[in-house]
Amino acid sequence: MKNCEYQQIDLEALSTPAPTPSPQPVTENGKKKEKTAKKHRRKWEVFKGKNRFCCDGRIIMARQSGVLPLTLGLILVTSVLFFIFDCPFLVQHLTVCIPVIGGALFVFVVITLVQTSFSDPGILPRATPDEAADVEKQIDDAGNTTYRPPPRTREVLINQQAVKLKYCFTCKMFRPPRTSHCSLCDNCVERFDHHCPWVGNCVGKRNYRFFYTFIVSLSFLTAFIFGCVTTHLALTSEQERIIQELNWVAANVQLLKLVICFFSVWSILGLSGFHTYLVASNLTTNEDIKGSWSGKSGAEAATNPYSHRNIFINCCSVLCGPMPPSLIDRRGFLSAEEEEAAPQAIGREVELPALASKKDINVGTKCVSEESPARPPSRPPDRCGERTGHNPVVNSDTARDNRMAARGARHTPAARGVGGDAHTHHHAKAHHKRTQRGAKSALDGPGGTRASSPSLGRSSKDRKNAGSPPPLP
Amino acid sequence: MATEFDNFHEMRHCALLANKVFIQRDYSQGTACRFQTKFPLELNSRMEQALFAETVKTLNSYYAEAEEIGGQSYLEGCLACATAYIIFLCLETRYEKVLKKISGYIQEQNEKIYAPRGLLLTDPTERGMRVIEISVFEDHCSGSSSPSSSCNGSSSSAMSGDCGTR
Repeated sequence: MKNCEYQQIDLEALSTPAPTPSPQPVTENGKKKEKTAKKHRRKWEVFKGKNRFCCDGRIIMARQSGVLPLTLGLILVTSVLFFIFDCPFLVQHLTVCIPVIGGALFVFVVITLVQTSFSDPGILPRATPDEAADVEKQIDDAGNTTYRPPPRTREVLINQQAVKLKYCFTCKMFRPPRTSHCSLCDNCVERFDHHCPWVGNCVGKRNYRFFYTFIVSLSFLTAFIFGCVTTHLALTSEQERIIQELNWVAANVQLLKLVICFFSVWSILGLSGFHTYLVASNLTTNEDIKGSWSGKSGAEAATNPYSHRNIFINCCSVLCGPMPPSLIDRRGFLSAEEEEAAPQAIGREVELPALASKKDINVGTKCVSEESPARPPSRPPDRCGERTGHNPVVNSDTARDNRMAARGARHTPAARGVGGDAHTHHHAKAHHKRTQRGAKSALDGPGGTRASSPSLGRSSKDRKNAGSPPPLP
Repeated sequence: MATEFDNFHEMRHCALLANKVFIQRDYSQGTACRFQTKFPLELNSRMEQALFAETVKTLNSYYAEAEEIGGQSYLEGCLACATAYIIFLCLETRYEKVLKKISGYIQEQNEKIYAPRGLLLTDPTERGMRVIEISVFEDHCSGSSSPSSSCNGSSSSAMSGDCGTR
């Protein structure tokens, strides 16, 4: 017989509930204690633009990395092949300086590329609700009685030149001069140049010098490697050449390097030349495409009010000017008020598209209105704190213009002579390489909506047509 | 910055945020950071025009000093270029040093001039260098009524944005 042991259930223990925590006094000190017990959120976690952050906000990138992996891959592969196959021969026959120079250039190129891709291009934080209300009040005071308000612009005189400041519906502020809203990143960027898919980030006020140094040093590097490979081929004797032809790996590697360098040299030299022209005249790619200061837009003769009228001073001010700090303070902690405001702010923005779409009849951008609703900001960060910010607020027609300009910038400046042809050639080569990759899409960001990628996909197809901007969606 | 928040919270104990005045940027001389020196009407009853003008002029001069294109900035730029801009990660730039001076100046101005008048200056860096935000507080304890007290209720929830939407 089994020995069943029965335990007496302690009824008292069951009936008394678990001791409740003593009610916390609802004072500011109490709230502060709760907040310190909770993890303080950093500002990047509630950032409203479409950016990706890594390493707890230290690194900022566009949501879509574009073809940055391809750029890095091409540079790495070409340089490594150069060091393995050409350097030993050239050190033997010429000088030991060759790998030293090559190494220095390679390091320089990679560092400036990383800095261009991972730094804040000069993003303007969005206006606070109070600021936005103040601006709205000023606009309405101007006597706006029509149902459909005229495009919100404000004119300022900069060095005796009339400049129109446009109102950004997403960021709720009048954009400072030379600032443009990047629709890919959904941010207003100061001194916006273009959104470069090759570096996977916008190029603006803060990272233009990194970008310029990158393309100049890359043109030196590709020219150097091209020269070395050609020298290597020229110096190999007839006998060695026969032996090499038998070794098809070495022969193909030489051919591959020659091909990559040949196309890169022309396109990147052209791009460097174009940007040198922009730096010397203190222009941005955006302004150059739109023809803001060359009278293309049909306005009366306009001169660039930002130019110092001296090439040297222009170059120095753009490249050697003081480095402005980042305005978005991504690693700062949210204050108590901002913590309260953040979830509510995102909630409000979901309602806005319905209101805004009535007003902005110009917009008509289907892909924007069909975007999925905002994700809650407190998505748990995965691996290294990566997070995509998402904001479904409607882009205005100005944002659409910027997207056009950005697309134009990527095709680049069509009739710029050698530079333009070389650049479109460069893009055609890139497109060819990308199609070879097959299913792996470099443009698909993790967890992002595909609203913007169709437009990019379309533009990549249109690159075959030598840089003509694709029709609007 | 910590003391600014302390001031802010101290004020809120017996003062309510009534209004916010925004001093916009002045772009007449280019994209350099300058603020308009025009005296806002909302502050007419609060402080003297001369004091306000002095504050804005000093801030403008600090920003001009930070963005000055001269010998030191060229040296900094060339050195940075030679080191592939790694130097920006290691050293504090001149701009950042001047910004620290500016935040010290704003704190001092708040303590000496603005707080006694029920006002609070916010560092433009916290607003993306777009505006100088001046918060106007109404003295709640003394029970004084003012024309702007009617929007106290909505202004106090301004942070939640209800006042901002239309």
